[in-house]
Amino acid sequence: MAELTYRDAVIRGIAQEMSRDPDVVFIGEDIGKAGGVFKATVGLYDQFGPLRVRDTPISEQAILGAAMGAAMTGLKPIAEIMFSDFFAVCFDYIANEFPKSRYMSNGQVKCPLVVRTGNGGGARFGAQHSQSVENWCMMIPGLKVVAPSSPTDVIGLLAAAVRDPDPVIFLEHKSLYATKGEVRDGEIVDTLGTAKIVRPGKDATILALALMVPRAVAAAEKLKSEHGIDCEVIDVRSLVPLDTQTILGSVARTHRLFTVEENPRLCGWGAELVSIAADEAFYDLDGPPVRITTPHIPLPAADILEDLALPSVDRIAERVQRSLNS
Amino acid sequence: MSTIEDRAPAAKTTLNDDIGEDKRLAMYRTQVVIREAEQRAYDLFLQNLVKGTSHLSLGQEAVAAGFAVAMQPDDLSFCTYRGHAHTLARGVPVTKVLGELMQRDIGLMRGKGGSMHLTSVDHGVMGSYAIIGAHLPIACGAAWRAQYKGQKDVSICFFGDGTTNIGAFHEALNFAAVWKLPVVFVCENNLYMEYTPIGDVTAVPHPAADRAASYGLPRIIVDGNDADEVYRAARSAYDKARAGDGPSLIECMTYRYSGHSRADPAKYRPEGELEKWKERDPIKIYRERLKQFGIGEDAILRIDSEVKREVDEATEECKAAPPPALDILTTDVYADGGFAWRN
Repeated sequence: MAELTYRDAVIRGIAQEMSRDPDVVFIGEDIGKAGGVFKATVGLYDQFGPLRVRDTPISEQAILGAAMGAAMTGLKPIAEIMFSDFFAVCFDYIANEFPKSRYMSNGQVKCPLVVRTGNGGGARFGAQHSQSVENWCMMIPGLKVVAPSSPTDVIGLLAAAVRDPDPVIFLEHKSLYATKGEVRDGEIVDTLGTAKIVRPGKDATILALALMVPRAVAAAEKLKSEHGIDCEVIDVRSLVPLDTQTILGSVARTHRLFTVEENPRLCGWGAELVSIAADEAFYDLDGPPVRITTPHIPLPAADILEDLALPSVDRIAERVQRSLNS
Repeated sequence: MSTIEDRAPAAKTTLNDDIGEDKRLAMYRTQVVIREAEQRAYDLFLQNLVKGTSHLSLGQEAVAAGFAVAMQPDDLSFCTYRGHAHTLARGVPVTKVLGELMQRDIGLMRGKGGSMHLTSVDHGVMGSYAIIGAHLPIACGAAWRAQYKGQKDVSICFFGDGTTNIGAFHEALNFAAVWKLPVVFVCENNLYMEYTPIGDVTAVPHPAADRAASYGLPRIIVDGNDADEVYRAARSAYDKARAGDGPSLIECMTYRYSGHSRADPAKYRPEGELEKWKERDPIKIYRERLKQFGIGEDAILRIDSEVKREVDEATEECKAAPPPALDILTTDVYADGGFAWRN
């Protein structure tokens, strides 16, 4: 066991997969000699050399296009897009090319690649470097979408993403890079499409993703100590494939459902989950499902405004408590 | 706007037998296959047997034939939505192409891709891409794999003149040049993007070749209606790529006889322009070329009739073939063969 930051877990996860398979290659802006703008790739260039860890120009279309061409013809590329907001300048690959080539070619073309990116807010970067874009990706048939919340999950889910035969969008949260967790020694490989109950409870189910997971857990502790409300917190981890069984199983026990989403409200992943619950677990519910989200706004830069926008521990706790007592 | 005379280099008449009879016959046959199959696709569209859209390469056959015949079997083609010609040129059977256009179960992708996405990995046709510029970076990636693994195949990426004004073109050219990738970029300049003349919206007269210097590449312009000239340019670019000396950008001057797509009657063209280009029809030029090299009229006519029969038989086979099985609607979204996104 060792205590590792989320940032160092990214490095360890990539190194684990590159050591295992010479076809795993890694490209992106400033990832090599510079070690990444978030310092989440430090040392990989020295360990694996300039042919496997390759710096690119600021050309997001070239990065993702090249990753796809390499994936189609036998490599297993990891491509970094520095900020997930930049998906908007290379969205053709995410929306039109990676996910549709297998289908359009009737199964002839494969696309086993991973796009890593810094996602989410809390760093006071303003509206174009802070977005949570998981819902941009989740809506596209053919993609898989993963967002880890802990160092161990970073390594295990990254390994699973690299080994997966489909294109995987791997959303690392910028505000989690400095957080720490105990990580066991040796190879860690997880399974895509599995949610994790991170805090068991009996009174309500709270679904959360990435940065919202530690906030939901803290809110659950607060609710327990201040109001005696015992919440189950589920880290959704993988939006596609989606582990609805774990989620609906929890709802069947707690009879209440809350989602905590960092994305702006419209078309967030929680809306899809609430829809599934309404369809399939309606009679398990003792009250209306509640979505706790960022409002339908671009994110502001100033700390007091950004803190007001993103779901906070207090807001989550207050909303759950109010709903259960109404 | 410059005239056609400025744009189309004069045909070369020197008798240089560096190509050889086998390759020349292959190029002739390939051009005739494309001409006949594309004309048939047009006719079938008029009969409502080809649905959706289609973008024909009538008049541009020499580009596809010259580049394809110069390829090695392992080389990879990346095409646009105007990709029937490049797909046929790699040896994909006419039945497979017409079958896809006619939405039959025997089509190349069983009707799941359609006219704009012809793909045959077994023939090195790695896809036809309908988003302008998208496949230039993808071809870079395939070339990067060859470089990384020490494999000797070349990735060849075909696109139209309109592609030269989109960002992905410039990103890919720079990327390929900096990484010295074994990729060949082929611009088929047919003078029109969709409906607008490329010269009206581009800062330089030659939309591809005049940009080459920006990426440290030589300015290469080829008579795209002369398959021999295309073949020579292709061979030299492939040799350069295989030697590890990096990418090439080749601008082929040519002309499409039909509109941009089936919906376009091409009324925007000045009177007489089409007729002028038809005087330099690539197949007409090539018949004369074969005769110059001593290939008899009967050999030429034999190829013509064989191809015609092949296209006729393919048409009948496709007409008789069933539509796609309905159960393929949800197959091959993910690598497990299905479309499941949840448990």
